[in-house]
Amino acid sequence: MISIVRDLLKYDGRFRLAVIFLGGVAAMILLSYNSPYDPGKSFVVPWDLPPSQQYIFGTTSRGQDLFWWLTFAVRNSLFLGVLTAIISRVIAILVGLTAGYRGGWLDRVLMSLNDTFVVLPLLPILILLGFLLRERMSLFYLAVILGLFGWPFDARLIRSQVLSLKERSFTRTAIYSGSSGFWITIHEHLPFVLPIVFATTINNILWSIGMEVTLSILGLSDLTTPTLGTALFWANQHGALVAGIWWWIAAPALVTIVLFLGLYLFFTSINEFIDPRTRLRLIGG
Amino acid sequence: MSVSGKLLDVQHVTVEFHIGGLMGGTLLTAVNDVSFSLDNDKPEILTLAGESGSGKTTLSRVLLRDLEPTRGKVLFEGRDLSAIRKRSEFNEFMKKVQPVFQNPFETFSPLRRVDAYLFDTAVNFGMASNRRGAVKVVDDALHNVGLSLDEVRQRYPHELSGGQIQRVSVARALISKPKLILADEPVSMVDASLRMEIVNLFQKLRDEQNVSVIYITHDLATAYYISDRIGIMLRGYVVESGPVEDVLERPAHPYTQLLKESVPEPAPKERESWAKHIALGTTEVKEYGRIGCKFAGRCPHVMDICRKADPPDVQVGQQTVKCYLYSEDAEKSAAGTGH
Amino acid sequence: MALLSVKNLHAYYQTEVYGISRTVRAVDGVSFDLFPNEIYGVAGESSCGKTTLIKVISGSIKPPLKALEGSVNYTFGDYSVDMLRASQDELRQNVRWKEISYVMQGSMSVLNPVRRVIATFRDIVDTHEGITDKQKFLEQTRAHVNRLGLPTDVLDAYPHQLSGGMRQRVAIALATVFQPSLIIADEPTTALDVVVQRGVLQMIKEIQAISSNTVLLVTHDMAVHANVADRLMIMYAGRIAEEGPTETIFNEPLHPYTQHLIRSLPMIGERSTKVSLEGAPPNLAHPPTGCRFHPRCPYVMDVCRTEVPELVTVKERHRVACHLVKEDSL
Repeated sequence: MISIVRDLLKYDGRFRLAVIFLGGVAAMILLSYNSPYDPGKSFVVPWDLPPSQQYIFGTTSRGQDLFWWLTFAVRNSLFLGVLTAIISRVIAILVGLTAGYRGGWLDRVLMSLNDTFVVLPLLPILILLGFLLRERMSLFYLAVILGLFGWPFDARLIRSQVLSLKERSFTRTAIYSGSSGFWITIHEHLPFVLPIVFATTINNILWSIGMEVTLSILGLSDLTTPTLGTALFWANQHGALVAGIWWWIAAPALVTIVLFLGLYLFFTSINEFIDPRTRLRLIGG
Repeated sequence: MSVSGKLLDVQHVTVEFHIGGLMGGTLLTAVNDVSFSLDNDKPEILTLAGESGSGKTTLSRVLLRDLEPTRGKVLFEGRDLSAIRKRSEFNEFMKKVQPVFQNPFETFSPLRRVDAYLFDTAVNFGMASNRRGAVKVVDDALHNVGLSLDEVRQRYPHELSGGQIQRVSVARALISKPKLILADEPVSMVDASLRMEIVNLFQKLRDEQNVSVIYITHDLATAYYISDRIGIMLRGYVVESGPVEDVLERPAHPYTQLLKESVPEPAPKERESWAKHIALGTTEVKEYGRIGCKFAGRCPHVMDICRKADPPDVQVGQQTVKCYLYSEDAEKSAAGTGH
Repeated sequence: MALLSVKNLHAYYQTEVYGISRTVRAVDGVSFDLFPNEIYGVAGESSCGKTTLIKVISGSIKPPLKALEGSVNYTFGDYSVDMLRASQDELRQNVRWKEISYVMQGSMSVLNPVRRVIATFRDIVDTHEGITDKQKFLEQTRAHVNRLGLPTDVLDAYPHQLSGGMRQRVAIALATVFQPSLIIADEPTTALDVVVQRGVLQMIKEIQAISSNTVLLVTHDMAVHANVADRLMIMYAGRIAEEGPTETIFNEPLHPYTQHLIRSLPMIGERSTKVSLEGAPPNLAHPPTGCRFHPRCPYVMDVCRTEVPELVTVKERHRVACHLVKEDSL
């Protein structure tokens, strides 16, 4: 494991950059646990101060230190993204592998369910749910809801991969070795499917964080929780741009970009590494 | 239980595929009324030979219970394959009938070690209760193919040569002590200098382990070299069958004659005559849909009757030939055509 | 005068993934000449370097493949080309299709599946010479196809309507529109049925006889070489093991590898036991020292393990790289 990281650091520029970006994000997340201020409280520092040595990202019109506030925001947004990705990946893998390997009526049922989710208009549904849940809407519920909506495209991708793997001789070898369908799926097919899962994880995290920003700007998420989205919501509420408090918009935007770029570079680099073809080249194929 | 003393009894097997959409589409008969059997106490190597589209691979899938025949049935040790429903019954069947596939580099997953398949087979078929107990079973099977566990332990497919993997593949098939091995083009992708050891292996299995082998190939030269009997397939039909010496040394069916003549001899003796001009069809010939003999469009001896109905199976010496040239009905009608 | 002269060619694949570098010595010190008006066969097993050799002599050297040493020189009449130095533009304009054409296994990739065959002919002629007179182009193409013994109506067909054998023959017709000096046929009949294979090879022989050009026929199938090639090169592990007229190679093979290849071929009507060689072809990332065949050779001597045997001429046009042969002739 350590040698893999060392090799990636040494030979992949993207990975180095990703480590720097994600390292910054990780540092912010760690710092949030030592924050001098409670993010739920306002007017703890002088308001509307531009970035300075004392207040790196400046302060907001609500009298909060933007840097410390954003450490919580990035932590919460990342938590939301990762939780969404985990939920939707589990569903996508289960549905994709099962539909692909079992085929027949199960495949048809799962794929019609899949297509139903694809055609559902997500944003109106989320807005509706946002109104209905209103008080109870928390980051956790949002992650679950997004997770339940975020799997269908990837499940179909996994299914098609399995369909082609199923036709290859080694699947038949496994069958005539007496292995069960479930066993074949896990041992023979999953290693080929994992790169897809990895590649789609990043998309899913970014999509989920983006969705939260959209909902927050509309005021439909839990506005008391600091996230990258609610940062923008409050900035808007206070007319930050009109009032010339540009840092209130710029700082969350910068953190978001660093987070997105870091995740993107990290996953493309890892993805190339775990690609079966690269692995084959590595083991000398 | 076994009524006939037959290991495998293939009775009038026909496989049809629907090609095309829900509406229209055509019916393609990939295997057409094929019957043959293998004896229980006399192991032999039977070759099914034919070109692409002859139905030989489809037939092999039927024999492996990978595909249900549209009509007809396959009995293995007197038991109808279509009666196998339960997982345990299928396992019992697989213990006795094992496949060897064509492409050695596709037989095993490139991301798994090859010995894992050998241990899986041993444990799944109850030859050993766990991996440790399976070591001897696996090693024995590998010794049968001239390898040892030390040579393949922890190896990935790309670390072995095509010939070695194909031997591992045969070893895997041998672990459950099967009675029948179906080998679909097992040497066509193996290098020439390694090919004969695989081919010889099948002979050894027949003679020493009493395993029958169905060898599926397009290569008549290796078929002649190893098999006892051969069936020549054309567009789903077995057009000629019998002892391999008779069929390939004195082919009776015009198609077998053409095939044999087209195989290049591996010596520069008949260069001039082999490369003489032969006619080839321009367009994709719709031989599947043709009524009567499928070879009629290319046959130098074609008669009117050949285009009207399926030729009968005629016994000519040791061979069974599906051709009007040797039947009595044809003589009657041939008198009228003057061909 | 040789059409193609390859001298001491070394072409390696060099890759580096996450710091692990690998060098595959696919072609390692190969020298041979191709002459006008002959069918030259190249035989060898998978990964013996024959595909790499074709890539280099047809001028498609792309990383990770590198030609490190040696020369590849063509002489087409009074026009000569150094393949390792010529620019891609020059190759495209003056050499490919016009002087060297290429027929490969499964020709569908040359023919556009959604256009009639004639359209592919038009594209190729237009890009290389420009079509000014449409009628003349049609007449010439028909005449060309006719001369090769193909019916002219194949020109109006779509590729999928043609049989596999006819498609391959159309690909050959396409490769020969400009009467090239060299046709490289890379496993042209490998995926085809025996009857069709015979028809396609017979066409290649006829074209060669009509236009007196050179055909480089690469296939692993020794039986095809026996019936088609005039001269034959046997490659083993990136080097030439033996080269000579086909009849000599088959009747008096000198290299133990060639001897084995020929003796192990099964034949209808003959049932003597055939055996395989011990071991397997070497991995060219780590080839054996000395003679690369020595780990599998039944006649191996001490010298074989340390010294690379030179390719020596034993008889007119018959060259062998084996320490046994060298000792005999000295």
